[in-house]
Order: sequence, then structure tokens, then C-alpha cells
Amino acid sequence: MVKLAEWQGKAVFRKYGVPLPRGEVARSPDEAEALVREAKVPLPCVVKAQVLAGGRGKGGAVRFASSLEEVRAAATAILGLEFKGEKVRELLLEEKLPIGRELYVAMTLDRAQRLPLLMASARGGVEVESVADAEIDRQTVDPFPGLTGYEKRRAAKVLGLSGPQARSLERVLDSLWKVFQQEDAELVEVNPLAVVGDGLVALDAKVIIEDDAAFRHPEYAEVRDDRTELEEIAREKEIAFVQLDGNIGVIANGAGLTMATLDVLKELGGEPGVFLDLGGTDDPKKVTEAFLLMARARPTAVFLNIFGGITRCDTVASGLVEAMRQVPAADRFPLVARIRGNNEAEGIAILRSAGVTAISDLRASAQAAVDAARGRA
Amino acid sequence: MSVLVDRETRVVVQGITGHQGTVHTRQMQAFGTSIVAGVTPGKAGTQVEGVPVFETVRDAVEEAHANTSCIFVPAPYARDALLEAVDAGIRLAVVVTEHVPFHDMLVMYHYARSKGTRIIGPNCPGIGAPGKAKVGIIPNVVFQPGRVGVISRSGTLTYEIVNGIKEVGLGQSTCIGLGGDPVVGTTFLDALPLFESDPETDALVMVGEIGGTAEEDAAEYIRHHFSKPVVAYIAGRSAPPGKRMGHAGAIITRGKGTAQTKVAALESAGARVARFPYEIPALVAEAAKRARR
Repeated sequence: MVKLAEWQGKAVFRKYGVPLPRGEVARSPDEAEALVREAKVPLPCVVKAQVLAGGRGKGGAVRFASSLEEVRAAATAILGLEFKGEKVRELLLEEKLPIGRELYVAMTLDRAQRLPLLMASARGGVEVESVADAEIDRQTVDPFPGLTGYEKRRAAKVLGLSGPQARSLERVLDSLWKVFQQEDAELVEVNPLAVVGDGLVALDAKVIIEDDAAFRHPEYAEVRDDRTELEEIAREKEIAFVQLDGNIGVIANGAGLTMATLDVLKELGGEPGVFLDLGGTDDPKKVTEAFLLMARARPTAVFLNIFGGITRCDTVASGLVEAMRQVPAADRFPLVARIRGNNEAEGIAILRSAGVTAISDLRASAQAAVDAARGRA
Repeated sequence: MSVLVDRETRVVVQGITGHQGTVHTRQMQAFGTSIVAGVTPGKAGTQVEGVPVFETVRDAVEEAHANTSCIFVPAPYARDALLEAVDAGIRLAVVVTEHVPFHDMLVMYHYARSKGTRIIGPNCPGIGAPGKAKVGIIPNVVFQPGRVGVISRSGTLTYEIVNGIKEVGLGQSTCIGLGGDPVVGTTFLDALPLFESDPETDALVMVGEIGGTAEEDAAEYIRHHFSKPVVAYIAGRSAPPGKRMGHAGAIITRGKGTAQTKVAALESAGARVARFPYEIPALVAEAAKRARR
């Protein structure tokens, strides 16, 4: 999932004709001041931190400025912020518009209906999580006819819009639908969508692009997301990587087996840390890559849970022993392995003779991993 | 009888000349499945594991009488491959391919449904009925003929659990891996009626995971329409909330989608819910005993 920052989301919106305030990006107080001095952004203006976390208004990451001095002060203050763990690198400066009501519209996926979902609420401008269910209107949109006239009219009615404002909404929704489909978005959210005179303007933009569609969108490959360096490497190797708070590294194949493994570790009093999901594969080459990646995350102990389905367990075990050899001595970790499936006994024998704790029972092996982590912690 | 596949199943493997396609064609043959055709554009006239390769699915249907497809083609081409299978009259398509964009899957699902083709997957291990046929990649070693049905959203965890069922001396009627993507062609809710009406299934194991509301929807169906004993397991009860979901996703499923709500829904519908995978075999043995009474 590629989360676009507001200014990147708005660049996409602009391409599809969504009405936006005039605005420009700055990366330093000097740049911010220059934008206003050169009249690229008119005064009064809004200075907004470009971070992915929500709640910027309350957190001092959005400020208003009506003079050059105020622009510089706001830019300096916001660029010095670390907002919810994220360093502010970019600012978006935008004209301050005379806004009326603030609305909410979004498009996402309704998994149960297996259809795109259009959501609209007259309660925009607040965190959507705080809006009651009854105040959010939901309509599924069939991909074959696409977004229809009556669906847009219903949204206008729900939002209390008529006349030119309703026409403006219909155009906005057509554009957002195109963004959702053509950019392979998981989420397109405008909060608030503000009433400005006879029309509507998107004051914010939240766009999340689906990873699986990356082959159609090379332009998003360079987008800086909130991924850590290790997460970035994992992504390149196509290994799912999630950082949790604990100290036991977990490597498993398949999301379900990985989650079940975490559940068992936790039940036995262990604290799972980094977990790597190799996907449905038990390919020894991929196991080696996971090992090298895991070593860099510095776990206290590592629990490996592999179901050898297509590949035989002895092949996976030999791969494991080889992988351990490739991990630099200083980075090696106590390893507890549990492998099941074809040629299980041979696999376990290979691991044991290489000094790895290998146990076929899930509960017993998870317990051994918890003990190993405690031994060194 | 079994569910969705049987001895009449005649499989065309789309993407048969690729590594996965070839390896699993061999495995499916070893299981006893009739693989009647392969399709790889540009490779017509060749053979893989003794199976003739055709240019199009339509050729495979007309010349080799394929009625089921197993799709291994890479994600960028999965949508086209599936639509081709649907238009050639294939009734059941198992999409093994992972990383299919969900926008593609939305089109695939609704198009297939309008033409009467069932999709299993994508990103799924497929379906197997021991002694009959297997379409997909579930390892042959875990199967044993029997009377327990299995439906699951995950892959390797399914192998683990099916293997566990075998180890307590029970076997499976049909096992379906539905796939873990946000949009799948066949959900728990879609699969439950098939097992309810299957005379060869006495009890059902349902393996779910956090996210979405498929398990909650299944629980409603079980409460009102499913007469056989159900043993369920939900993976991810220790997972921290919100690791994956965006805001809008969180509001559609408000209060749903957590392991706790899924377990509660299933238990109140009469299912026995295992807390850990290793508790499943004993619960299944007990359910099978109840079913036989």
C-alpha cells in the first residue's frame, strides 16, 4: 500500500480535474517565503505539514499566515516538528478560502459486497472515526455501468446540496471515481470537501494506492512512504515484513500460518518482534534472504515455522543450515525451528546435527523459542 | 459426490509452461486429476507432462473438453486469462496467481458471475477432493479420503490443519482454500451451502483470519441454515489492530473484523472454536463422532 501525502494526492486530483485551492510545496522557510513574495500563493494562506498521520490541525501542524513574517514563522515552526514520529520534510502552502459547510466524501472497497463503495457525510472536517454510522451514507457502485447519475444525485441530496453546488458535486464525484479506478486506489478520501460560493473545493486529499497494481503505475515506485529501511528491503524481496514490539523474530510461510504462530507465542508468554512471511513458498533461497534480513533486525531469538508442502523438509533444512552459515557470526541468533510436511524426520535430523533446536510439535517448539528468548534477554 | 470437483473434472492449466504451472501439473496428475489441456499463447502444439498445449482456452474446451481451469499466469495477465476462461464456457476457475489487483478482481468476479462461472481465489491454494481431483497447489501429502469438509482463507495454515486432521485418523471430503485477498470469488458464505448439501460431508472445519466480515457473515448462515457440526479457528487474535487497514476500511467494519468478534459470532452460532491450531484435530474428532450419531 502506497499512502500518498496530501500534496501528492492533490497532484493526482489536479490531473483528474478535482477543484483545489491554489497551492505550492516548500521545503524550507526561504522557499515558503519566496512562494508568497512571488505571488504563487496569495495571502492570507494556510501552511500545512506534509505528514501521513491525521489530526494535524489539533497538533499544531497546520497554521494560518497573513503576512510574509507569519509565513516564515509558521514554516520554521512546522518544519521543526516531528509529528507523531514523522519528521516534517515538506510544507503545502495554500490560499485561504472563504469556506462554508465542510463535507466528507470517499471511495473505497466494500469487501463483503465485492463492490466499490461511495461514502458521503454532511459531517466533514472532523475525524471520520468520530462520525456516527447513521450520519454516513453508503452506496455500492457497480464497476460495469460505473458511477451513475442517480448515485451522484443521491449523494447530493444526502449532503444537502442543490443547484450549481449539486452540479459541482457531480463533477467532483466523476473525477474521484476516475482516480479510484484508473490509479488503482484502495482509498480516495476528501475531508473536508468544502462549499465555497457556488462550488466545492477539496481542502484535503487522502489517497492510498494498491501495491499489487504497481506494474501499472511505475510513477508511484519512488513515493516516500512511512516504511522503515528494513521494510523497504523486504518489499524488494517480496517478503512480508511487520515490526511488532517484542524480541522474538518469527519466520513462517503464509499469512495464516504466520498469524497462528504469533498467537501461540503470545499465549506462551513470548513477545513476537519482527515477523517475516515468505508467502506460500518454502523455497530455500527465499528462506536464506529472510534469514539475512532477520539478522539485521537484531532479535533475541528466532522462531521458524515452515510447512514443507511442495519442497521437501530435508531440502528446506539443508537450505536453513546454509543460510545460517551466511549470517555474519556477530549477528547470529538462537534459532528454534519447527518444520512439518514431506520428509519431516530427515529435515529435523539435519537441523539437529547443525546445532539448531528442531521440534515438530508446534506448542513445544514455540515454548522452546520463548525459553531461548528469555535465556538471552 | 463431493464439492465442485469430482471424477468428471477435466482441467485446463493456463500458464502450464511456466515453472509453477509445470510443477503443479505434475502434482495434480499424481493426485489423480485429469489434466486434459494446457494453454500458453505462442506455445501451441507443444506438450508439458504429456499434456497438449493450446493457443487459447476455447481450443482447449473444443478439442480437449476441458470444463475447469487452473490459472497460474502472472498477475498482470490474470484478468485476461480468467475472462478468456469464462468466455470459453469454463464452469470453475481456480486462480492460484497472487498479487492480482483488487480492481481487476472486481471485474473478474462480476463478469464471471454474470456468465455462471465460479471463481476460487485469487491468491489461493485451490480445491482438492481425495480420491477424485485436485485443482490447485495443496500438497498431496496432507490428504486422506474421509468425511470432513475444510474451508479456509489461508494457504499453508490449511495444509497444517488438514494434516492434523489426517493424523487423528480422519480424512477430508473436500478441502477448499478460498484465498486471503480482500476480494475473492468464493467466500465462506458462498461455500457453506455446497457443504451443507454434500452427502459425503459430515462435519466442517472453517479456518478464518482477522479482517473483513466473512466469518461473521458465515456465522449468520451457520446459525440459520447449516445443520452439520462446525469447528472453527481464527488466526490473528494477537495481531495489533490497524496494522493493515486504512481509515475508510475501519469505518465500514466498525466493531467487526477483530478475532474477538469473529470468535463470538461463530460460538453463538453453535460452532466450536479452537484457540490454537493444535486444538483443532481433537475438536474435529469429537464433531465427527457427534455427526455420526
